[in-house]
Amino acid sequence: MPRIIFDADRCKGCGLCVSACPRQLLTLDRSRINRKGYHPAKITDPERCTACACCAVMCPDCVITVER
Amino acid sequence: MIVFERPNALTDRDTHYCPGCTHGIIHRLVAEVIDELEIEGQTVGVAPVGCAVMAYDYFACDMVEAAHGRAPAVATGIKRANPDNVVFTYQGDGDLASIGTAETVHAAARGENITVIFVNNAIYGMTGGQMAPTSLPGQITETSPYGRSPAVCGYPLRICEMLATLDGPEYLARVSVHSVRAVRRAKKAVRRAFENQLTGRGFSLVEFLSSCPTNWGMTPQEALTWVESTMIPYYPLGVYKDRSVREAEEE
Repeated sequence: MPRIIFDADRCKGCGLCVSACPRQLLTLDRSRINRKGYHPAKITDPERCTACACCAVMCPDCVITVER
Repeated sequence: MIVFERPNALTDRDTHYCPGCTHGIIHRLVAEVIDELEIEGQTVGVAPVGCAVMAYDYFACDMVEAAHGRAPAVATGIKRANPDNVVFTYQGDGDLASIGTAETVHAAARGENITVIFVNNAIYGMTGGQMAPTSLPGQITETSPYGRSPAVCGYPLRICEMLATLDGPEYLARVSVHSVRAVRRAKKAVRRAFENQLTGRGFSLVEFLSSCPTNWGMTPQEALTWVESTMIPYYPLGVYKDRSVREAEEE
């Protein structure tokens, strides 16, 4: 099953992954603040992820690992 | 099965770049190519002065820090002394297209067998957003608060077009990282630029149109939209010189 893993403490909350997801499955987690002080990205509906890796391609900080 | 992961040629360090700065994407593309070509152990990178000054902390290969703008000259020395090493420079527009213009042009004219990664974000990032030689006409920066005036400041340098007039360079390409498709295309150009060095074909430069959300005063996504809508019309993407194609046509 497709799975994406966030190294949340690396995330700077820029949101480029959120815009890149063709299924709009990502969001910034407003309920969390990471080590750097940002709201890290998270996936809202992992069941619908196709592991296309568009989010990881646009992430400037290598936060995202994609498995299939 | 892993579809995407952090490349080995990047260290484990978090970068100091601002949120949404595309330097991170460009670092990763270079590292992915180093991994794919399995050349990390023989690669020496030359870091610039500018936002990427600490690139030596982020690339896992050997790195050297050059004086401002002098990366192609330092790379020339390393490559000539150690021709078996793969030598690349990583430079911003303030470094490569302003104080380092002479070193860039002459390294290209000599056809040095090095790879140059040129990050053009049309502004001086590290020093706080002053006008760069690549800032667009009308672009508002800290030192052009009413917009860059060509009458006073002249016109931006188009580095790929300028170097394409020389006989020395092997490969000159301008790419962008404003979308997933653009990033995937850009990686092919980086790979080509490193392969040219491995096969001894000579000077290869890849110019990236990059964003600077902080100093442009935009969100990261707005900045990528600005790259597409405003930078690309002035700096068209494409391959400006590819000697191997011309040789093939002549045969």
